[in-house]
Amino acid sequence: MEQVLAVLIDGIIYSAWLFVAAIGLTLIYGVMKIVNVTHGSFYALGAYAAASITGALLAKGMPPALSYAVLLGSALLVTLIVAPLIERGILRFMYVKDEVVILLITYALFLILEDAIKLVWGVSPYFIAEPYGLLGSFDLLDLTYPYYNLILVGVAVLCGVGLTWMLNYTRTGKLLVAVIHDTEVSRAMGINVERMYLFTFTFGSLLAAIGGAFTAPTVSVVPGLGVEVIVLSFAVVVIGGLGSLPGAALGAVIVGLVRSASIHYLPQAELFVIYLVMAMVLAFRPRGLFSIAEARKI
Amino acid sequence: MNIIKKAIAAAVVAALVPAFAAAQEAPLKIGVVTFLSGPAAGPFGVPARNAAELTIEMLNGEKVPAPYATKGFGGAALQMQLVDEAGPATTQVTEFRNLVQRDNVDVVIGYISSGNCLAIAPVAEELKKLTVFFDCGTPRIFEDKSYKYVFRTSSTATMDSVGAALYVMDLKKGKVGSIAGVNQNYAWGQDSWSDFEASMKKLAPGVKVATSQMPKLFAGQFNAEISTILGAKADVVHSSFWNGDLEAFILQAGPRGLFKRSTVVLTTGETAMYKLADQIPDGVVLGARGPYGPYAPDNALNKWYTKTFTDRYNVPPNYAAYQMTQAILGTKAAWEKAQAANGGKRPSIDQVIAAFERLSFESPAGKVEMAIGAGHQAITETVYGMSKKVKGKMTVTNVKRYPATAVNPPDGVKAADWIAGGFKK
Repeated sequence: MEQVLAVLIDGIIYSAWLFVAAIGLTLIYGVMKIVNVTHGSFYALGAYAAASITGALLAKGMPPALSYAVLLGSALLVTLIVAPLIERGILRFMYVKDEVVILLITYALFLILEDAIKLVWGVSPYFIAEPYGLLGSFDLLDLTYPYYNLILVGVAVLCGVGLTWMLNYTRTGKLLVAVIHDTEVSRAMGINVERMYLFTFTFGSLLAAIGGAFTAPTVSVVPGLGVEVIVLSFAVVVIGGLGSLPGAALGAVIVGLVRSASIHYLPQAELFVIYLVMAMVLAFRPRGLFSIAEARKI
Repeated sequence: MNIIKKAIAAAVVAALVPAFAAAQEAPLKIGVVTFLSGPAAGPFGVPARNAAELTIEMLNGEKVPAPYATKGFGGAALQMQLVDEAGPATTQVTEFRNLVQRDNVDVVIGYISSGNCLAIAPVAEELKKLTVFFDCGTPRIFEDKSYKYVFRTSSTATMDSVGAALYVMDLKKGKVGSIAGVNQNYAWGQDSWSDFEASMKKLAPGVKVATSQMPKLFAGQFNAEISTILGAKADVVHSSFWNGDLEAFILQAGPRGLFKRSTVVLTTGETAMYKLADQIPDGVVLGARGPYGPYAPDNALNKWYTKTFTDRYNVPPNYAAYQMTQAILGTKAAWEKAQAANGGKRPSIDQVIAAFERLSFESPAGKVEMAIGAGHQAITETVYGMSKKVKGKMTVTNVKRYPATAVNPPDGVKAADWIAGGFKK
């Protein structure tokens, strides 16, 4: 019983992290039809900005309780500088090109940003352990978990609920849904699609940066941080169906729970179990669990 | 008459040029390969690069104390060509070929990743290039095959694992009921765990393996693994994690009480002990993959090394830095031994190899003997200790040293067989 509970808790914590990391990727694909590899870079940028800014402020005597706000602020700061620069400076000239070409362009940008991160922050690791341990821990049966893990779950729920609310109940969200369904008709109806693209890219990248920022206190922030994230995020959104918000949520929960169960009961299988699930889903649902039937355009 | 004068002058010049050239030895090119990017760069690759730069600069400037006071290698200045070890093994093989065939380096010194060492060794043999591994740990390199052109000047993972087992047995006074492991899922992690597990089963018959976790290299997230280990309630937890994974594990395991529940052995813990001093409580067993860092001997060479390195980089050298310097000094010792046997002339690579085999040399970490792997694999003593904060500063206590022959198999015996046979010398 204790082990089943541990599987569930560990799975949910991992799912929450995966969901925050992947949700922006699926949003950007849904609206812009871009498989955005720079997503991993924004995760890393969020982590670096959070670790360096929070670390510097804590060293100057900032009360540790404020560090959670600084984590969020750091993600905002770095995204609002870099994301519009990339979208307005490079991507907007590429939308007319084939999806594969844009994929390669975002991959090239990912490599450039990886090196830019090294230029700015160097290769030495950054740590900010304070926010992780500050809230204390709770015991569940015989296991101890820091309360900070609940913050990660809370951030995931907030991101998911917030994005759903935004898409369904705000003017911007409704315009985005229109763009998701048909860009050309949206443009004909007077929607400023370019502005929607800028908003989507920035907002999607912000979600990745938030994921990185709130993960930073639990890991060593080192070069290459974004690589693992982008691979796992793709697995999640492919399982759920590219562009689907509920799909990303279900994909994250499936991957998180399967990985956790594997670690507890069959550790040897941990490495490939995520990709086994992905392969099985794709074998039966090639467009993912929440794919929507598309009308053929003539 | 003029023609005769010119002929005499030409003859004199022709006679003097070789002598002059010999006096001004052509520089030697050394290819240095270490992680300059990726999660291994900060804790390992960059300190190793710094060590290479410093050691080569000091050797060229004849500023290294005896027995390495001569310039470069045998009077020839050293030129370093740096290569990033990041990327898959296939990339490293290509980079190695570039170093040898395009850049014509004389020696390659490098490689932290065991996977890269396993991939490079046969290529070094094919290209007939003297290659010195400075850090990678898998014992398979010289156990599975024999190489003429490949040497390794640091000990294998076997030494770390056997040393860790001996240490916990000393610490627990022989009473260890169960062990657990969390190691990275590739050559280094698998070899480290299998040697530790086998050693513990030999030293404490009846010991149970509560769990063995093998997460992916650079996974970074270990909550589920930590839950499993906490639930297993093992007496001893062994981890050979390194790089960002080691740091992430310490950050995640501390608040969850793992260090309090079990005796945790971090075989490469020395690389994180100062950076994460606040997160490592007292009583964690820390290894340094040999007598490096806080475990280095108190000799003149080490005093010079730690002072010079710390003055230059504002941090003390960690074990990756020590191992890089050890590899360069070992190659220098072999080179100069071969040169001396060659009448003071620049030796051939075959002569350097002959001198390198079974060589015994001094490093800042003490005596290094190329005693196993048919004289191509080094053995050293190893040291373990426990973390202890003294006035807020991280130190080590309860330090125990194990002689080289007690923690390394004899020549020609595979580590697994040696452990299974009861560590016979």
